[in-house]
Amino acid sequence: MSEFHTPITPILLLDLSLLTMMLFVAFAMLRSRHLFAVVMLSGIYSLLSAAFFVSLDAVDVAFTEAAVGAGVSTVLMLAGMLLTVRREKPLTSGRQPVALAAVIAAGAALLYATIDMPAFGDPNSPANAYVGRLYVENTPSDIEVPNIVTAVLASYRGFDTLGEVVVVFTAGVAVILLLGVGSVRGGRQVADRNGAAGGAGVGAGVKKEEGRG
Amino acid sequence: MEHLILKVTTRLLFAPIILFALYVQFHGDYGPGGGFQAGVIFAVAFILHAFCFGLEATKKAMPQRALTIAMALGVLIYAGTGVATMLLGAGFLGYDVIDPESTHHAGQHYGILLVEWGVGVAVASTMLTIFYHFTGREPDIDPEDW
Repeated sequence: MSEFHTPITPILLLDLSLLTMMLFVAFAMLRSRHLFAVVMLSGIYSLLSAAFFVSLDAVDVAFTEAAVGAGVSTVLMLAGMLLTVRREKPLTSGRQPVALAAVIAAGAALLYATIDMPAFGDPNSPANAYVGRLYVENTPSDIEVPNIVTAVLASYRGFDTLGEVVVVFTAGVAVILLLGVGSVRGGRQVADRNGAAGGAGVGAGVKKEEGRG
Repeated sequence: MEHLILKVTTRLLFAPIILFALYVQFHGDYGPGGGFQAGVIFAVAFILHAFCFGLEATKKAMPQRALTIAMALGVLIYAGTGVATMLLGAGFLGYDVIDPESTHHAGQHYGILLVEWGVGVAVASTMLTIFYHFTGREPDIDPEDW
């Protein structure tokens, strides 16, 4: 098995600049206590990582990241933020040294692990060698669909995708159960006892929601 | 407040966004994309509508009751495709049985289209449901907090 080296191309400069921008956005998110800014920065972070995925030739992942990460989750985070507070509580300084030590230890372990990682695009790496190679080789004859990602997602791994859809469905049902008022067919509206108190709990703010379906 | 430019732009953009969602949905086997991305793009069109015309107007166009049914329907389309292939004599989600005489695996194409359709319906309705429930709660916004 010969050693594989990733070819150095001008694309590398693009990758490095994208990763640098992601690093700066991540630090900006850490520094900011203003949650609106943090949500917007996380949208920018998703968009940058989508661009990075395109440069890694993972267009399907990039598309998902741009649509879900930069698009809908930013909106949902903003909507969620409206229900809570707009400013992060300042950290208590007492716990910080322990947390810093834990983060440094975890970061050092991760950096140490990257030494063993296969080179990008290595055909003999575990991700490309076993079942991945099988899918790439057999899709033209088994499925005859040009996009191998779709063939894996919907046909080879159809069970997993069914599980994913059930997860999405469960999330929707959970939100309806927790935040929805009344039944789907328009149930009886229950008075909210916490509403007048204006507390930050989950129960606050339901008072204006009408119970019709 | 009359945001005329925003309203006209949203009206113009709404149909193309839906069209793009359908393109992504049905071209999943040929290019990047599929049910998950198409569902999100479909939901985003309605979220844009809600931003511009208000949540109540969007709820009239796409009522929550329809979304609740669509959520379950999406999962049912996916699982139903699997059950249908079982009834036709293959395994769960064994698409080849849909069109056994085909020389170019048309059964796989039909199966993938059906399954992706279920994914798209489930994802779009779930995203909109979450959005409706989060934004529909109307907390008292203190302008000082911004």
